[in-house]
Amino acid sequence: MHVPDGFINAPTSAAAGVVAAGALAVSLRGARRELDERTAPLAGLVAAFIFAVQMLNFPVAAGTSGHLLGGALAAILVGPYTGVLCVSVVLLMQGILFADGGLTALGVNITDMAITTTVVAYAVFRGLVKVLPRRRRSVTVASFAAALLSVPAAAVVFTLIYAIGGTTDVSIGKVATAMIGVHVLIGIGEAAITALTVGAVIAVRPDLVYGARGLEQRLKLRVNGELVDAPAAEPAPAPVPAAARSSHRKLWITGLVASLILAGFVSFYASASPDGLEKVAHDQGIDQKEKPHANADSPLADYGVKDISDARLSGGLAGVIGVGVTVVVGSTVFWVVRRRRTDSDAPGSSVSQAA
Amino acid sequence: MGAGHAHRLYRHGHSPVHRLPAHTKLAAAFAFVVVVVSTPREAMWAFALYAVLLAAVAAAARVPAGFLLKRLLIEVPFVAFAVLMPFVAEGERVHVLGLSLSVNGLWGAWNVLAKGTLGVAASVLLAATTELRELLLGLQRLKLPPLLVQIASFMIRYGDVITDEMRRMRIARESRGFEARGVRHWGVLAKSAGALFIRSYERGERVHLAMVSRGYAGSMPVIDEVTASRAQWSYALALPCAALVVCLLGWTL
Repeated sequence: MHVPDGFINAPTSAAAGVVAAGALAVSLRGARRELDERTAPLAGLVAAFIFAVQMLNFPVAAGTSGHLLGGALAAILVGPYTGVLCVSVVLLMQGILFADGGLTALGVNITDMAITTTVVAYAVFRGLVKVLPRRRRSVTVASFAAALLSVPAAAVVFTLIYAIGGTTDVSIGKVATAMIGVHVLIGIGEAAITALTVGAVIAVRPDLVYGARGLEQRLKLRVNGELVDAPAAEPAPAPVPAAARSSHRKLWITGLVASLILAGFVSFYASASPDGLEKVAHDQGIDQKEKPHANADSPLADYGVKDISDARLSGGLAGVIGVGVTVVVGSTVFWVVRRRRTDSDAPGSSVSQAA
Repeated sequence: MGAGHAHRLYRHGHSPVHRLPAHTKLAAAFAFVVVVVSTPREAMWAFALYAVLLAAVAAAARVPAGFLLKRLLIEVPFVAFAVLMPFVAEGERVHVLGLSLSVNGLWGAWNVLAKGTLGVAASVLLAATTELRELLLGLQRLKLPPLLVQIASFMIRYGDVITDEMRRMRIARESRGFEARGVRHWGVLAKSAGALFIRSYERGERVHLAMVSRGYAGSMPVIDEVTASRAQWSYALALPCAALVVCLLGWTL
């Protein structure tokens, strides 16, 4: 996925470079907060880890295999700022030392693969962890969703950059369909691996997982078969359960707004590509010679965006996939949350029975 | 750690190009690629001239052509992409050997292939003639934030260590009869990745403590302050300047 030189034109590359430099400056500042004075060695070692783990092959089927991109994993394990830094440094070194990805395309690559994946992943992750009950399992679920969305988001950003400064006129619709389609699949793999890896780390060293901070359970003693709080940890018992139990309505509204934004964003971007129409029109058997808006009365017209403008009618495959994924993820999450809520409410006490 | 501390692309030598300060080479390579990218794609001869310029640099650096060409293979995925382009692009079409190809797509494919290849060749030459430490110091001299350079240098220094650790874990898995064949085995691999993260992080903590105990206070000491003389700068910048002339000719002709 590394963009080579000459793929994106010079002004756009320069603009992306400025964006990347700005984001890196912010991250450098933020990373000091996340890791204090240990930043350099720890971030360096985590970058080395990301670099190594990208070489770990995960077999899919029939000889094909994939590997982790690592943006979401880095964000969850070491925090968003350090995550951006680590992935960017990996990209920088790959560009300079291994000639992987063009030098002028560094800005594009960093914006796309380091910043977008990390930021999107962390935003989704943080949101879900806030909403879900405070358990280890919900960290895993949240990392799954975060990684799942982060990869198509990078594809979306790439397509946007391509739309602004692409040097070939492959239609945006085609690029979008191909990029998003492929990356939704990659995202599923990334999500599974990220969730499994985060789960593996949490099982051994939960204190190392940045995203799971504040999830520590209080020490419990089993006295005569009953769980009792360990006596030493008395001082601050209050805020945890209160914060965790936000009401159903708040949960629903947050989730709904999140899916709306995501769906709106994805389909807006998909429909901002007038050329996506051609494929749709062709598939629907409409004569290609006609003006694009001639298929205003095609089946896709009641896609719900009729009144905006003709170009936006072209929801296209990409949009459908994007919205579909959002809906699936959203409803799965809601389903899980609801089941857990009813489960944990049933015993009547707020003590979570981890046994 | 047994493999020495040079990276894979480095090729030891004592040519004039090897001797140039790293930051001049970095600046030159970057400027060259910028010039190449902003050349109009219709000026085909310009790209041939760029290739000649790079060949001259390679000759001056005594990097054999075979070495250079082998390293260019990293570009193969984009060649595949470029080959697809004439089939999917829009616009008027020509028929070659019974295939309907888009003219725009052909230009696009040429554009990506030519510029991408030249870019990769420039970075390969840079990496082949510059030692790792020099490269990092060069980045620092080019005003990259010191913290970023430190992170990069730690990544490079420990990259091999971590990769080796991963290799040992793979050998351990395989010697216990494990073979990853499909999605069902992802759990095991992910646990390895998790363990690798914990080991890397803990190693980072140990490295930090070791550094603190040796007087580290947030910045690495630079022992050999490299400065570039005017002659060295002009020698290094000869490449992008020549390229710039070609580029301007490409725009005007």
